[in-house]
Amino acid sequence: MILIENLSRSWRGFSLKNINLRVEDGEYFVILGPTGAGKTLLLETIAGFHPPDQGRILINGVDVTNLPPERRGVGFVYQDYMLFPHMTVWENVEFGLKVRGVPSPERRRMVNEVLELVGLTHLQNRMPSTLSGGERQKTALARALVIRPRALLLDEPLSALDANAQKRLRGELKRIHEQTGVTTIHVTHNQFEAYFLADRIAVMRAGSIVQVGSPDDVFRRPKDDFVARFVGFENLFEGRVVQRSGGISTIDLHGVRVEAVTQKTGRCVIGIRPDDIILSRAPIRSSMRNVLKGEVVDWIDVGPLINVIVKVDTLSFAVLITKRSFVEMNLKMGDKVYLAFKASSVHVI
Amino acid sequence: MRIDRFSLLLLFAGMFLIAFVCIVLGAMFYEQALDVSTFLEAMEDPAVIDAIWISISATTCSTLIAFAFGVPLAYLLARRDFPGKNLVEGVLDIPMMIPHIVAGIALFEVFNRSGLVGGPLRMLGLTFQDSFPGVVVAMLFMSFPYLVNSAREGFRSVDPRLEKVARSLGASPWKAFLRVTFPLAFPSIFNGMLQCWSRGISEFSAVLILAYFPKSAPILIYERFTTYGLSASRPVSVLLILICLAIFALSRLPRWRRA
Repeated sequence: MILIENLSRSWRGFSLKNINLRVEDGEYFVILGPTGAGKTLLLETIAGFHPPDQGRILINGVDVTNLPPERRGVGFVYQDYMLFPHMTVWENVEFGLKVRGVPSPERRRMVNEVLELVGLTHLQNRMPSTLSGGERQKTALARALVIRPRALLLDEPLSALDANAQKRLRGELKRIHEQTGVTTIHVTHNQFEAYFLADRIAVMRAGSIVQVGSPDDVFRRPKDDFVARFVGFENLFEGRVVQRSGGISTIDLHGVRVEAVTQKTGRCVIGIRPDDIILSRAPIRSSMRNVLKGEVVDWIDVGPLINVIVKVDTLSFAVLITKRSFVEMNLKMGDKVYLAFKASSVHVI
Repeated sequence: MRIDRFSLLLLFAGMFLIAFVCIVLGAMFYEQALDVSTFLEAMEDPAVIDAIWISISATTCSTLIAFAFGVPLAYLLARRDFPGKNLVEGVLDIPMMIPHIVAGIALFEVFNRSGLVGGPLRMLGLTFQDSFPGVVVAMLFMSFPYLVNSAREGFRSVDPRLEKVARSLGASPWKAFLRVTFPLAFPSIFNGMLQCWSRGISEFSAVLILAYFPKSAPILIYERFTTYGLSASRPVSVLLILICLAIFALSRLPRWRRA
C-alpha cells in the first residue's frame, strides 16, 4: 500500500499542493491530468528523486519520505524509456539485480523469467538503439519489474509510441499487471488509457488531486466542470460485438446498437468523441451509418461550446455544439433530437 | 556531380587552411627526407631521447592529475547549480585565455623555491623550480581546462534521468555514476584527455619560466634553433611530431561505443 499524506513540493514552475492519496496493494492506479498538472513531479517524488517540501510518503507502512531512491524499492518507467544505451537488453534488465549484489545464477533465472513475462527473450542480446519503441518500453518495464518492486511507477509509458504499439502495449500492461499483481501507479493524460487500465483514477489539476474514484465514477460522475471537461466528454460505453459484415461490426450497448469499424469480437468498450456527433431536430440524410433518436436531458456551458447531454434509451451521450447552433435550434429539456455519427468515429477499445 | 558556386566558394575557403597545414608540415618533412642522416642521429642522441621522454611523461602525469581532479569537478558543474557557478566556470577558463608566458611568470611567483606554495613544499622535499614536478605543474595549469570543459559537456549530454532510473533500481549515487554516467560520458572525457595531453606536450613558455631543466622537448628544440639554426632543430621537431601522431593514432584505434 502506498500512502501519501499532505505532500507538497514546488520545483521549476511545477508544484504539488497538499496531495493525499491511498493506493491499495495490487491496485492499478491511474493519475490522469493535463500536461503541466505536476503528474511527473508527483511520481518522481514518490520515487525519491525529489525531496518533498512537506508531507509524508509511506510504502507498505514504512515511512520512506527521507529514504534515497535506491532504498525505496520502486520501479520507475519513463515515457522515453531511459534505457542504458551502452548495455544490451539483457544487461539493462540485469542492472538492478547486479547493483543489489544478487548472485549470478539467481540473477540469470530472474532475468530470464521477466524477459519471458514481457516477451523479449528473443531480443535479449540487442542494443536498445536497434529496438522499436514498443520493444524499448517493454525492456524498461522488464528492468523495473525484475527487482520485484513494492510499487511500479509508470510515467506516460505509452505516450511516445505510435497508435498501434500503444494499443498493443496497453493490453500488455493489463496482462502483466494481472499476472504479477504489482501495485502500479500510472500517470497519463490519455482518457482511454485511464479508462482501459485503471482500477481507480485520480484526476489531477494544477498540482492538486481533484477527484478520486473508479473509472465509472470519474467518467460518468465528474465532480466539477474541470473533470467534466477533461474526461466527461468522451462517450464511453460498454458493449458487445454482435454481428460483423464487410469490415463493419454492429455493437450492442445494452439495447442501443451502433456500427463501428473494428476487428474486435465479444465484449468491448467504445468511445465517441462528443465533437464527432452531429445533433439535429430531424433525421439528416447523409452517409453516416449511425443515427440514434434521443431526448435532451441537460446541457453544460463550456466556453464557446455547449455540451448537450442526450439520453438514448438508457445511455447518456455528450454532444458538443456551438453556442450559435444551440440558440438556433432553440433546444429545451425533453426535446426529441437525432444524433448522427460515422462508423469510423466509434473508437473500439 | 554538379558543383554550384556556393559550394565552390566553401571549397576554396577550406582549401586555403588545409593547404596552410599541409604545406607547412609537408615542407618540413620534405626537407628532412632529403637529410635522413641527421634524423637518424637525432633518434640516437641521448639528449633528444631524454627531452622527448620528459615531455611525454610529464604531460601524461599532468593529464592523469587533471583527470583525477577534473572529472569530479566537471560532473559537479554539469549536474549541480550553485550560486557563483558562472564565476567558477569563468575562473576555470582563465588559463586558456592568458598568454602562456604570463602564466609562466605567475607560476614561477608561487612555485619558486621560496614561493607561496613552492617554499612550504620544498620543506617536504618537493621542488618545482627547475625540476620534473615543475614541468608537470606548468603543463597542468595550461591544459586542464580542456579536459574539464570536454568532460563537462560529456556529462551534460547524459540525461540525468538515466541516473535516476539507476538509483530507483538500487544503485547508490556512486554506482550509478560508475556504471551509467561515466561510461556514457567517457568518449568526451577521453577526448578531453587527448586535448589535455597534446596541450601539455606543446607547452613551451610556461615550462620555460618555471622549469627550464630538466629540458623538455620544446625547450631543447628552441635551444638548438637559437644556437645551431634550422637544420639542427628540424630533426628533433620531426621526431616529436611523428611520436605524437603515432600516439594519437593508437588512442583513436579502440571503438568506445558499442552501439
